[in-house]
Amino acid sequence: MYWQEELETMSRENLKKLQLERLKKTVEAAAHAPFYKKVFEERGITADSIQSLEDLQKIPFTTKQDLRDNYPFGLVAIPLQKCVRLHSSSGTTGNPTVVLHSQKDLDEWANQVARCMYMVGLRDTDVFQNTSGYGMFTGGLGFQYGAERLGALTVPAAAGNTKRQIKFITDFGTTCLHIIPSYATRLAEVMYEMGIDPRRDTKLHTVCIGAEPHSEEQRRRIEQLLGVKAYNCFGMSEMNGPGVAFECKEQNGLHIWEDNVIVEIIDPVTLEPLPEGEVGEMVLTTLNREAMPLLRYRTRDLTCILPGDCPCGRTHKRLARFKGRSDDMIILKGVNIFPIQIEKILMNFKELGSDYLITIETVGNSDEMLIEVELSDLFTDDYSVLQRLTKEITRQLKDELLLTPRIRLVAKGSLPTGEGKAVRVKDLRKLC
Amino acid sequence: MTINQISIFLENKYGKLSEILELLANANIRIVATTVADTSEYGILRIIVSDTQKAFSILKEHNVSANLTEVLAIVTQSSAGSFAHTLNCFTKAGISIEYMYCFSTIDKAIMVLRTNNQESAREVIRRQNLDYVTENDLARI
Repeated sequence: MYWQEELETMSRENLKKLQLERLKKTVEAAAHAPFYKKVFEERGITADSIQSLEDLQKIPFTTKQDLRDNYPFGLVAIPLQKCVRLHSSSGTTGNPTVVLHSQKDLDEWANQVARCMYMVGLRDTDVFQNTSGYGMFTGGLGFQYGAERLGALTVPAAAGNTKRQIKFITDFGTTCLHIIPSYATRLAEVMYEMGIDPRRDTKLHTVCIGAEPHSEEQRRRIEQLLGVKAYNCFGMSEMNGPGVAFECKEQNGLHIWEDNVIVEIIDPVTLEPLPEGEVGEMVLTTLNREAMPLLRYRTRDLTCILPGDCPCGRTHKRLARFKGRSDDMIILKGVNIFPIQIEKILMNFKELGSDYLITIETVGNSDEMLIEVELSDLFTDDYSVLQRLTKEITRQLKDELLLTPRIRLVAKGSLPTGEGKAVRVKDLRKLC
Repeated sequence: MTINQISIFLENKYGKLSEILELLANANIRIVATTVADTSEYGILRIIVSDTQKAFSILKEHNVSANLTEVLAIVTQSSAGSFAHTLNCFTKAGISIEYMYCFSTIDKAIMVLRTNNQESAREVIRRQNLDYVTENDLARI
């Protein structure tokens, strides 16, 4: 039933003891990172400041901006020589956020992912196909090492090439996929078009879906189309990557592994802690990472802790399905996008005005981005000029965002300006 | 020899064309000739009007994306073969037509042309002694 029964079903009391012990070590270790050294000195914090879990409140929040400002190694707490891997965020605007890992960190991470996979019923007899991008994106190697730790036969198919994915699924007898939700429905559609009924013609029984917000309806649809159980997984590169929180077979909330992180939910405006059941921004503290400990990291993800115990017997708290972001970041096809990245590019075109509207919508089974941009006064009578303009905007945005948005030129003054702050993003995807 | 055409960016949205034409109607501006070309998402409305400068400033006042484009307006007989004959003059001179629209009255026809080489096109008009419309004529057509 359990990958690590003792840890997964530990009493809350013992879990808190373990957390305190690990938090002390983490604060002590963090003091070796230039960034935290400075923060601690300014606030007079030492490892001794932590006598109870409540003392965590003495430590200020860490933000994504702190990671950027201290790029690349300002938060590394051990000699670089002891680090063996580096991952970074997908964004290309300004400094990316970089996370470094020691060999022990990678082992712990792999174990954590294996724990998640075991929890949803995967075993060493399974064939696991990972459709995540590899490289800097943590969904690739993160799941790869986790699946290998579990002992599954692991197929690093990586992203794209749907026909090839399907060939692997049928030829290798793939039983489990890690896949983004919008691609799962697309894959199913292509299978049906090819005359393959995944429920009858493949051995698929489980998919791990994540890296993109999705609704319960979408999960049910994926389950029905592919004839599988679909489990929601949550991860972020700042917290290693996949495996931070994962649904169990109950499919009612994601267990967040509290032996590895301390989870807080705060009001994103007042920054005050919120009680269980109330939606706020998730703040995480790593408890088991040596290369780059993060203290009270503001994830910007909005969720709440589900009150009550889980029938599965695990004592680790469950997070509700994610409700969005407390900043303006858009997550589309597993890619993190800030509107400012788009704005910077649009503003370089003298043919364009300063108003634009980003719409994220579900077209068929896929989530798409439409960007409407207003023309400036420099209007031309020549169609080919307008077409070249659209093409060039698309190309530059694709380079920046790593996905292709649809561009629509609109007349000056035709976009809604709203009252006060202009509305820049409309997310019409159905979530929650 | 050339006249100014107003080109207007037009979104493919219900009522957009009416909106623009209404603006001009309210200012008592007569439309001499017009054409709309469209793609799936937007179109370009091209118009020749009785008072170009007035029309253009009204559009700008109302924040409409528009520009002035120099075009040729050639007068021919309204008879079989007259368009073909006129166009042939340009073709022989190696000039391409980017777009064209025409309108005819009982005895005369007017061809509005935008070419890839306006300079040479003017030369053709002079050499072939073609009849044309000037900016001043527009109010009277």
